[in-house]
Amino acid sequence: MAGPSLIRIEDVARTYVMGDVEVHALQGVTLTVEEGEFVAVMGASGSGKSTLMNLLGCLDRPTRGRYLLEGQDVSRLPNDALAAIRNRTLGFVFQNFNLLARTSALENVELPLLYAGISTAERHARAKEALARVGLSDRADHLPNQLSGGQQQRVAIARALVNRPRVLLADEPTGNLDSRTSVEVMALLQELGRGGITVVLVTHEHDIAEYAARVLVMRDGRVRSDERRTPRPAVPPPPGPHEAVEGRVGP
Amino acid sequence: MNLLQTIRVALRALRRSKMRSFLTTLGVVIGVSAVIAMVAIGDGANARVQKTFEAMGSNMLIILPGASTSGGAFGGFGSLPTITWDDVRAIQTEVPAVRGAAPILRSVASVISEDLNWTTAVNGTTPDYFVIRNWSAVRGQLFTASDVDAGTKVLVLGKTVADRLFGPGADPVGQQVRVKNVPFQVVGVLEAKGQSAGGQDLDDAVFLPSSTYQAKIQGGLKNVVSGVVFIGAASQADTVRAESQIRALLRDRHRLQPGADDDFSIRNLAEAASAQQEGARTLTTLLAAIAAVSLLVGGIGIMNIMLVSVTERTREIGVRMAVGARARDILLQFLAEALTLSIAGGVIGVVLGLVVAWRLAVSFGWPVLFRADIVVVAVAFSGLVGVGFGLYPAFRASRLDPIQALRFE
Repeated sequence: MAGPSLIRIEDVARTYVMGDVEVHALQGVTLTVEEGEFVAVMGASGSGKSTLMNLLGCLDRPTRGRYLLEGQDVSRLPNDALAAIRNRTLGFVFQNFNLLARTSALENVELPLLYAGISTAERHARAKEALARVGLSDRADHLPNQLSGGQQQRVAIARALVNRPRVLLADEPTGNLDSRTSVEVMALLQELGRGGITVVLVTHEHDIAEYAARVLVMRDGRVRSDERRTPRPAVPPPPGPHEAVEGRVGP
Repeated sequence: MNLLQTIRVALRALRRSKMRSFLTTLGVVIGVSAVIAMVAIGDGANARVQKTFEAMGSNMLIILPGASTSGGAFGGFGSLPTITWDDVRAIQTEVPAVRGAAPILRSVASVISEDLNWTTAVNGTTPDYFVIRNWSAVRGQLFTASDVDAGTKVLVLGKTVADRLFGPGADPVGQQVRVKNVPFQVVGVLEAKGQSAGGQDLDDAVFLPSSTYQAKIQGGLKNVVSGVVFIGAASQADTVRAESQIRALLRDRHRLQPGADDDFSIRNLAEAASAQQEGARTLTTLLAAIAAVSLLVGGIGIMNIMLVSVTERTREIGVRMAVGARARDILLQFLAEALTLSIAGGVIGVVLGLVVAWRLAVSFGWPVLFRADIVVVAVAFSGLVGVGFGLYPAFRASRLDPIQALRFE
């Protein structure tokens, strides 16, 4: 074997206690993700896909089982150690972007570097580089409410990338975007995947999952199917009359 | 994240809601400025009391001669001359706690210069009086013990009398004035003392040797002091001891039986002074306490806003945690915000408080004392308020679960 897998979870379960009811959100999931994979996790709401994402993102710990990230068992690490892993190894992209309001795009992108203890000058340089990578160099000083939905999500992706993580975790990244902007964002994620980053994507849309090379389907806290296939390349339609009304395209 | 970055993040967060930050700070500003202004005014009042008593003379006792009783009516102290000149000399030589003793023989008479006249208090005394009362001449000089021995016809003018008889700014030293048709030579003018605690003009008086007073102004009663005796104790702490020693000495000299009433009374002015100072200090403490309450209210205002802010920014906290902020980073950030608000409030409050105190001083003619230690204490205390009231909201923020926080609507 060529070293440990990037992500390896073994028989992981997660049970929540809500009042006197136990909710078995995950019931024994075993999964391996190798470096550079592009994985889509699908499932109905309540299938456990969000719980799986929280565990993969080191925001939560399993009730049972082990989680090996880069070969290290992180399932029992203390909070501060998990915070350091989230900072250095993982990048998050959310459905609702989660940019800090009234804070410029550049400062939003700098946020992870702040907690990595990186000097101001280098923070600026690396945040600009990340913004350039998502094609938003000219929007560095814009506030989130001055940006379209697609642009906001690209700023969020730049923030996820800025500390050069190995895994990008995207939870419904296109859920708040119109179809055209969704394709743009998926194209960006595919490009990052080709650059060597491992992408794990949660979605409930089949056409979004088609852009992934591997699709996991979850139901009732278990993995129902796990198939690899040739992904559909995301090619955004050429700029047309839509461009002017980006973000306001009807359903 | 280091301290500087934490502060910068806090400043940025505060700048995002300027109005709210300003209003929150206002609570502390009002509290601190109230403390500063109140303490300045209170200290000013204290200083004024002290100055008044210093003008009156330090460590001073006054002996009033006895009371006469005729037909059951009590004549009041001073109505019967019971203190003799020998008593005064005995006090001076036999009581160790006494630094000096001087009689004041007083009557009201017209003092006439070449062109003008002025009715004032004419006092016969000895040079000890000026020592006890801490009083010196601004022009010419005071009369001396040899003037008292020889009974020379010299006098010293109070500032008010000098102005009335010779015009303000004139130099009356060497001029002649007449009192009860007796010519006197002016040898000096006393420095201005202003008003007594009772509002009486201390400078509206003239002083001449006691022997001359007895011979030329008063007449008769050579052996007794028909006035009061001022005593200067060696120090303020000695006043109580001096009082009891003088009482014992005079009772012995007057051959009073044990149980008999004193035929004199002793007033301790140093005690009255310290009682008044105590009063002024109590006032300062009271004002400062009221002001401190408003500072406390300011602190509660900070806590309130920080709690609202933590709730409002739950998602932001979630995002920060997701990208790698540790609980400690969140705690410090919110603490830094509370501290920034309170310290800024403290500094602005100090400036405002000093301006308010100064304005009041100018417009009402109040004395105001500025104390550096109060400024330092006020700023430090406002910082303490920030930490004290910021800690709980900051702790709450740092204990949020990132998953819940990210899902918060």
